[in-house]
Amino acid sequence: MKGLYKISTGELDGLFAEIAREMRLYAPLRQGNELNFGLWGASVTVDLHGLKTDNTPKDLFLPQSEDLYSASLKGGDIKINPAEAEFAPFVVFGVKACDIKATAVLDNIFLKGDFVDHNYKLRRENALIVSLACNKPGMSCFCAAFNLDAAAPGGDIATWLCNEYLYLQAQNEKGEGFIKQFAHLLQEAEEGEIAPIQAEIREKIAALPYSELPLENFTPENMLKLFNHENWNILYKACLGCGICTYICPTCGCYDIRDFEAKCGEIQRFRCWDSCMYPDFTLMAHGNPRISQKERFRQRFMHKLAYHPEKFAEYGCVGCGRCVNKCPVSLNIVKIIKSLGGE
Amino acid sequence: MRDFQIPKVGIITEIFEETPDVKTFRVVDESGAKAFDHMPGQCAMLSVPGVGEAMFSIASSPTNTKFMEFSIKRVGVLTEHIHKLEPGDKLTIRGPYGNFFPVDTELKGKNILFVAGGIALAPVRSVIKYVFDNRADYGYVDILYGARNPEGLVYRKEIEKSWADKPNTNVFLTIDQHDEDWDGHIGFVPDYFKKIGFSTDKLVVMCGPPIMIKFTMALLLEMGFKKEQVYTTLELRMKCGIGKCGRCNIGPKLVCVDGPVFRTDELDNLPDEF
Repeated sequence: MKGLYKISTGELDGLFAEIAREMRLYAPLRQGNELNFGLWGASVTVDLHGLKTDNTPKDLFLPQSEDLYSASLKGGDIKINPAEAEFAPFVVFGVKACDIKATAVLDNIFLKGDFVDHNYKLRRENALIVSLACNKPGMSCFCAAFNLDAAAPGGDIATWLCNEYLYLQAQNEKGEGFIKQFAHLLQEAEEGEIAPIQAEIREKIAALPYSELPLENFTPENMLKLFNHENWNILYKACLGCGICTYICPTCGCYDIRDFEAKCGEIQRFRCWDSCMYPDFTLMAHGNPRISQKERFRQRFMHKLAYHPEKFAEYGCVGCGRCVNKCPVSLNIVKIIKSLGGE
Repeated sequence: MRDFQIPKVGIITEIFEETPDVKTFRVVDESGAKAFDHMPGQCAMLSVPGVGEAMFSIASSPTNTKFMEFSIKRVGVLTEHIHKLEPGDKLTIRGPYGNFFPVDTELKGKNILFVAGGIALAPVRSVIKYVFDNRADYGYVDILYGARNPEGLVYRKEIEKSWADKPNTNVFLTIDQHDEDWDGHIGFVPDYFKKIGFSTDKLVVMCGPPIMIKFTMALLLEMGFKKEQVYTTLELRMKCGIGKCGRCNIGPKLVCVDGPVFRTDELDNLPDEF
C-alpha cells in the first residue's frame, strides 16, 4: 500500500489553485441543478459531495466533436491538413468508481487491436485521474452488481471524503509523482483513518435496490440465445429512439465521421458522438440490417452485456445508473437484465 | 503513431465503363505510385471531401505493384459523385483495411471454385488475378459468374479474353433472363451451379447478393461441401475502418477489422443481423 495523505476540506481550494497553476484541472462543478466536469477557475463551485455528474467525463478523452483534418479544394487539387489538436497534461479530479471502470472499458476499444486511436491515446496519456469514493450512492446506482467497489475507486490517485478531510492515496507511479509534487499541501495520515469511510460506503451500497442483478445468463455462450430472446419483441416497444442513453453512457464511444464546408473551398472533416439508436447508424445504399427500433435497441444492450464481454472478458456496463435516471420512458439496462435474466 | 483516419490524396488515371452503372477506376497516389500494399479481399476508404467517404473492395491484385483498381456501382450520393469524376481528378484514399482471403495459406495448393454475382465479382477478381499471377501455386480453377443481363457482367472482356484461356481453368457465365445478345447459359447462379455439379475436392470463394449466397450455400451443403470449405465477404456501413466507430458489428465481430472475409462456418456463431 502506498502512503495515505490528507488535506483539510477547507484547504481544497488552495490545492486546486496550485494544481491549476501547473496544468488544466477538471472537477465536478455545480451550476444550478446540474453537476458536470468543467475547467476549474477562480469563480467556479466545486462540489465533491454530489452523487455523480449528469454527463460523464468521457468527453475529456473522446470529445463530443473533434476535427480530424481539413481538405482544401482548389482548381481540382486536394490538400489534406491534419487538425492541430493540443495535447497537454491535465488532471481530472473526483471521478467515481463507475466512471473509472468505464474509462478502462473505452481503453479496450480505443487502445487495443491493430489500430490505436491517435487522439484518444494522447489524451489518456496526458491525463492524471483522481478518483473519489462514493459517499452518497443513489437509488439508481448498481455498480456493485458488476463487482465494482465504490469504496476503492482506483484511478491514478484514489481519494475519500469525510466532513473534515479529503484523504489521498497514490494508486501507481504516476499518482505518486503527483502526490510528491503537492506534498507540501498535504499531511500524512494513518492507514486506518479511511477504514470507517469505506465501511460506511460498502454498507450503503449493499442496501441499494439494484446491488444484485440476475447476470448469470449473460455469458458469451448464451449470446445467440439472448439475441433471439422473445422478450425483445416487447421490451423495445416503448423506446423512443432518442439516443439519450448513449450520450450519457460512460462506455458508449461510437462515433460518426462527417464533413462541413468550413469556408469556400475548405471542407472540415470531423468526428462526433453517434448513437446506435438511430436508423441511419447502419443505413447503406442497399438497405439497413437494423430495420426497426427492435434491432437498434437490442444492439445497444447486447453490446454491453454480451458482445463486449465476449471480446474483453468484462461487462460493457458499469452500473452508473445515468440511463435509469435520464431515459424519458424509464427503459433502462436494469429492466433488460431483469427481463432476460429470468426475473 | 499516426491517425489512421487521415487519408492520402489519390489520382484517377483511367476509367473503364464495365456496365451501365459500374465503372472501374484506376487510382495512384500523388507521386504516381500505388497508394499502399494490400492483400486480396482487403478494402480501402475512398472519399470525395464534402460529399462523403465509403469503403470499397480493392478489385486489383496485390501482384499489380503500379496502381489499384476499384469497381464502383452507382447506388448512392457518393458513388453518384465518383461516377462523374474523370481521369486526372483527385479523391482521397486510406487503407488497407480488413482481413483477406487466405491465398498464401489455406487456399495455396488447392483447387478453387469462385462463385460470384453482379458487382460482387470485384473483391473476387483480386483473388482470381492473384491466383493467375501465381498459377503454379494453385490447382484447378472454376469460375461461375452471373448477372441480370449480358451488359451487367463486369469485366466481361477480361473474363472472355484472358481468364477463360488460362491453364486448368473453366469459366461459366450465366444471365438471369433471355436476351437477344446472349447465346450462353440462361438462369440464376444457383440453378447453373446445380447443372454443372462441382466435386467437393476444392475450396470455394463466394461473393454475391444475399439471395444468391443463400441458395448456392444450400446447394453446396447438399452436394457434400462443408461450411469450412466456403469463404465469403460481408458488407456493413463503416465510418472509421479501424474498429473504433462501432457501426459495422455483427455480434462481437467488426466487419472492418475482423472481416470482410469470413469462413462461412464462423457465421453460424454470430447473430443473424447482416
